Amino acid sequence: MADHKPGFFTRWFCSTNHKDIGTLYILFSIFAGIIGGAFSMYMRMELQDPGVQFMTNEDGSPNGQMWNVFITAHGLIMVFFVVMPGLIGGFGNWFVPLMIGAPDMAFPRLNNISFWLIIPAFLLLIASALVDIGAGTGWTIYPPLSAKLGHPGMSVDMAIFALHLAGASSILGAANFITTILNMRVPGMTLHKMPLFVWSMLVTSFLLVLAVPVLGGAITMLLTDRNFGTTFFNPEGGGDPILFQHLFWFFGHPEVYIMILPAFGIVSHIISTFSRKPIFGYLAMAYAMVAIGFVGFIVWAHHMYTTGISVNTLTYFTVATLIIAVPTGVKIFSWLATMWGGSIIYKTPMLWAIGFIFLFTVGGVTGVVLANAGMDVVLHDTYYVVAHFHYVLSLGAVFILFAGWYYWIGKMSGRMYPEFLGKVHFWMTFIGVNLTFFPQHFLGLAGMPRRYIDYPAPLLPEGLDWWGRTQFMFNEAWMQLHSWATGAVYESTITWGYHGWNFVSSMGAYLAGGSVILFIVIVFWTLFFGRKASDNYWDVEDKIMTLEWTISSPPPFHQFEIQPKVK
Amino acid sequence: MSEKIEYGTTGKPHPYHMVNPSIWPMLSAFAAGLMAVGGVFFMHDKGSALLILGFMAVLACMFFWWRDVVFEAVVEKAHSAVAKIGFRFGMMLFIASELMFFVAFFWAFFNASLFPVGGIWPPEGIVTVDPLGLPLLMTMILLLSGCTVTWAHAAILNSDKDGFVKALGLTTALGFVFLCFQVYEYTHLLFGFKDGIFPSTFYMATGFHGFHVLVGTIFLGVCWKRAKADHFTKDSHFGFEAAAWYWHFVDVVWLFLFVAVYFWGAGDAIAH
Repeated sequence: MADHKPGFFTRWFCSTNHKDIGTLYILFSIFAGIIGGAFSMYMRMELQDPGVQFMTNEDGSPNGQMWNVFITAHGLIMVFFVVMPGLIGGFGNWFVPLMIGAPDMAFPRLNNISFWLIIPAFLLLIASALVDIGAGTGWTIYPPLSAKLGHPGMSVDMAIFALHLAGASSILGAANFITTILNMRVPGMTLHKMPLFVWSMLVTSFLLVLAVPVLGGAITMLLTDRNFGTTFFNPEGGGDPILFQHLFWFFGHPEVYIMILPAFGIVSHIISTFSRKPIFGYLAMAYAMVAIGFVGFIVWAHHMYTTGISVNTLTYFTVATLIIAVPTGVKIFSWLATMWGGSIIYKTPMLWAIGFIFLFTVGGVTGVVLANAGMDVVLHDTYYVVAHFHYVLSLGAVFILFAGWYYWIGKMSGRMYPEFLGKVHFWMTFIGVNLTFFPQHFLGLAGMPRRYIDYPAPLLPEGLDWWGRTQFMFNEAWMQLHSWATGAVYESTITWGYHGWNFVSSMGAYLAGGSVILFIVIVFWTLFFGRKASDNYWDVEDKIMTLEWTISSPPPFHQFEIQPKVK
Repeated sequence: MSEKIEYGTTGKPHPYHMVNPSIWPMLSAFAAGLMAVGGVFFMHDKGSALLILGFMAVLACMFFWWRDVVFEAVVEKAHSAVAKIGFRFGMMLFIASELMFFVAFFWAFFNASLFPVGGIWPPEGIVTVDPLGLPLLMTMILLLSGCTVTWAHAAILNSDKDGFVKALGLTTALGFVFLCFQVYEYTHLLFGFKDGIFPSTFYMATGFHGFHVLVGTIFLGVCWKRAKADHFTKDSHFGFEAAAWYWHFVDVVWLFLFVAVYFWGAGDAIAH
């Protein structure tokens, strides 16, 4: 009875099983990740050299709108269709019930509609990029660019409905998680004995329930402004375009914690498992996430420092934003303290987790820089901001998508990934993304604005082949770094402007793109040739045991039919 | 993770309700997608057929899905005590998210009224509703319906089926009367939907509230039908309780609308 699986259609399309739905989420996340990644590859190709090479109209003139459509699609796909379905829908669905000893989620049918809603949402979003002039608004969809004035066609309306559907999916999923966590823990598992991943999902879910509806309201007003003649964001009718920014970021800032908090939870497990030690400062770790979630709601206007809000407001939001560094510091130092004195095992998930700690810290430090209104006025909308949020998301949340995959794929599929290839994948990605994004700090500090298809730069010397040009560009990058570090002055008066670091950035992006292909190879290798995984294949010790390691790999179709308890 | 935790077994089956596979979630999602595409087409003058089709599909999915839930509750008696606690959490969280949805519209209202673009609120040329006329009556109707729904709750707790059905029927009727008054108000207002920021905030906030009253009235109406069919007992009537909570939520939002939008936001240019 326990392992009686329904037939194919019933199992995958009518599922009420948290593990199957989690699997669907993870597959979808990987698929959407490839599409969102392809968008970014094309953008890096365009920015590799000055001038517009690829995104042109039929007559060869630059197509700036196409660029805007690409950044919009890339951003929305990565946020709503890769990170959230992967971390929350995928790992959350799989492991929250397992860790709290529940047989399934509280509302299995709602769980399934949460997954299936993102399918039409994704189709609508992709379609929005293809119809009319595409939605070239940025993921922030600010009016008046997103109003009828900037985008008269159907595309922005499709993007708005895509967000409505994805938002409904998130809210239902979050209500499901909170109910599951508060109502279905095994007897004896008090909140203070709950694994940290479950804590992170609890906080994340509260943020979703409280933040996403505000976005829903904002985009609904945008929709009626566009199509039914209201004037919420239109000054001609007494409205206020800044209002949209307030509403958007009241959602948008909690949203960034929604993406990173589940990653915090997963990192805690991985660091603890591979350091062979209990997590340092468990309660502080749990309540640091609560604090981050709470403060995350009262810092939104730090995204709006250049909108002309008053100096007092700037001061408040600067201070409030800097306060977030405190609980975040608690987490970083507690992870380090967990590793301190541990017998660390450098398996692939641990590499990703350590990589995460390092890179998230870099992104956090640039975050502290940007938190200051005075600094942000200079750096706002430059590549410095792009570098910052890619360090915390692309090198933070996405690293943990991979870390979680390597950590739990044995449990989920019953088969182990190839360790050597996993490590190659890590190093390729690590080098690739750092090459991509670290130079973007320099570009931003040098004043290169984000969201442009092109940048000014001197012409290359003639007659250089591809390899010669690569050497030349890296040489240029080296000269800049060297003269910055040592004060050395080079004879050469040739400067490559924004070209050098953009070229390096693009090279890094190609390497990271290649690592995705390797990852797909690893996925198939694991599923077809991976060796069988034991129940507790990481030898998680009793002192740090969580319930998912006490059952088989993969778990039975319905686990915990006889309820466990905490002794 | 905090300290060494040892796991054992209770030796007993878990007390939760395991739900059988269902086609409705997936169909609901696609129906919602169809409605969204239909909405886009409708807004761009490409006809409303797809929108209507999508809307009907959503309604059909809701009907069949909830029919399954009612069947599980009434016939299979599948909802254990702990599952019912889960429903309470779920409904509370749903209402919390609805509340945050209204926060967006109140934010827009206060943004416009506290910092009006022309310097005065309501904007020049807007003739507002007398808050102590029809809106006060509507407030009283909703408050009265809050009383009758509490009467219904007390009745079912005392196994008084007749009182329950009567009070629930009254509540539903009051909801319907409220909606009629709102339609009357909308058709007699002295400002149009497209007349700037005052009508924008007014119509969208009260309009979404009215939509929620409609949903709540239907919810209560379904409960009334179910009450007559003996679906509820003294110990098992969460469907009704959820409707009552939702109704109170709608009521509270109205009180805020009445105080902020109708009363405080009316200014001096009131139509009598």
